[in-house]
Amino acid sequence: MSEIQLFKVTIDNITIEVPAGTSILHAARQIGGDVAPPAMCFYSKLEGSGGKCRTCLVEVSKGSEKDPRPMPKLVASCRTNVMDGMEVKNITSPKVIDARAGIVEFLLLNHPLDCPVCDQAGECHLQDLSFEHGKADTRYEFQRRTFPKHDLGKYIQLHMTRCILCYRCVFVADQLTNKREHGILDRGDHSEIATLIEKNLDNDFIGNVIDVCPVGALTDKTFRFKNRVWFLKPMDAHRNCPTCSGKVTLWNRGEEVYRVTARKDQWGEVEDWICNDCRFEKKQSSDWTIEGPRLIDRHSVIAQGHYAGTVGTNIPTETFKAVHAGRDPKLLMDIHSVSEVNPTDIELSLINGPAHSNNFNSNKD
Amino acid sequence: MEALTNRVKEVSRKPMSFSERLYIPNILKGMAITFSHMFKKQPTIRYPEQKREFSPVFRGLHVLNRDEEGRERCTACGLCAVACPAEAITMEAAERLPGEEHLYREEKYAAKYEINMLRCIFCGLCEEACPKDAIYLSETFAPANFTRKGFIYGKDELVIPNQLIDPAGFAEARGAARNN
Repeated sequence: MSEIQLFKVTIDNITIEVPAGTSILHAARQIGGDVAPPAMCFYSKLEGSGGKCRTCLVEVSKGSEKDPRPMPKLVASCRTNVMDGMEVKNITSPKVIDARAGIVEFLLLNHPLDCPVCDQAGECHLQDLSFEHGKADTRYEFQRRTFPKHDLGKYIQLHMTRCILCYRCVFVADQLTNKREHGILDRGDHSEIATLIEKNLDNDFIGNVIDVCPVGALTDKTFRFKNRVWFLKPMDAHRNCPTCSGKVTLWNRGEEVYRVTARKDQWGEVEDWICNDCRFEKKQSSDWTIEGPRLIDRHSVIAQGHYAGTVGTNIPTETFKAVHAGRDPKLLMDIHSVSEVNPTDIELSLINGPAHSNNFNSNKD
Repeated sequence: MEALTNRVKEVSRKPMSFSERLYIPNILKGMAITFSHMFKKQPTIRYPEQKREFSPVFRGLHVLNRDEEGRERCTACGLCAVACPAEAITMEAAERLPGEEHLYREEKYAAKYEINMLRCIFCGLCEEACPKDAIYLSETFAPANFTRKGFIYGKDELVIPNQLIDPAGFAEARGAARNN
């Protein structure tokens, strides 16, 4: 059989032909838009991921052409393959909408409400999910779970209370590195991401766990508390990296590189894995060749206050001298004489780890 | 031409009579009106000795609140700055060190926080956006000045005095009416 068999599948009354062996989620993503179910644990670049969070549940109202009975329960679309003539209901099914609201409530049971502190806020999939599919209230009345703090080394910050146990970081370590050093310890309510005995995660590609984490459980320690993502300018850039593709997104403020991440597609999945060297060590704009501003979905908070195209990427030239025959303005206020924010003598982006009070006080005198 | 409304009055162009040309009766009439105003209630007040009461929705200078233990509430989440239509707010965050727990409520706090009062339009959107009840618009004014300097308010001007240490300064920063 050289020819791949095509199956006809109808999702939310939209019919599409996909090759056999495609999952419902992939078929829905090919249609795109609201039809694609949200996914918290499934990651198309990680083999074996999916099936854990249940946010991608859909209703199969007709199993296939040969067996038209509906599936008795809602199925996880990331783990269910399409059949010929299958009919799937996602947003057209009130059952699915209701179930998804319940799933969001479950995911938020133990998730702390520390979005104002969390560095993931603004690009957090759980934030988006609960905003779009969740209910406003929780019925949970008990203490949220807490964990003793684990240190994962100088690059990666772990906040176990925020984790939703999607296992994506475990798959990254399994499939990108030679030896996985972290995993899920314990069971049930106690399960936590940790290294067995305090170990640093220091593989060359382990930084990718930050990008795959759908919540703020694993964040970049070199970017910790430095700035909010929506104040930064995402720029596509590349460098000639011997270990990885070198294609990244820089998150700039002015000329300073605050953070380096992989480029993410419309499903929030990385396009190319990048190495730790690119992610954590190259925080000078001279390290990178800038291609241009990254296109951000205009409904995202990151697009707030940003303009399309190259607007705002060019530094305007000073015209005063040219107009006034080489004379400097008689009255000129230096912003640094009245404002203490963004001082010239502190490069926040180059501080290793979060800034502390002594970073600011030592320069005050 | 047809009048647009029935309230139109035709202007009399007749020459004035002798009594009208004397002017004195009309001058006396005008002075009587002026004199009668002396006994009416004055709409003005003698600022700054007297001050008007603010309306309950008045929005004045910002304060950064403290919690009941006197710790700063602001965590530098940046929601006020992103909500600000005038882009008047800037901040820089820092991590709380061990031993600073009595100063800051959460592990992240605003090391620098500035509001440019020349840009601020006192719309109150920052107050609405704040998830931590940290920023409030008080019932006080920004004092006037001839120069631009001094209108960028930093944390030393914005953070409310600690009510446990300095109750008088705390009450003053909140403004007069909110204390009643």
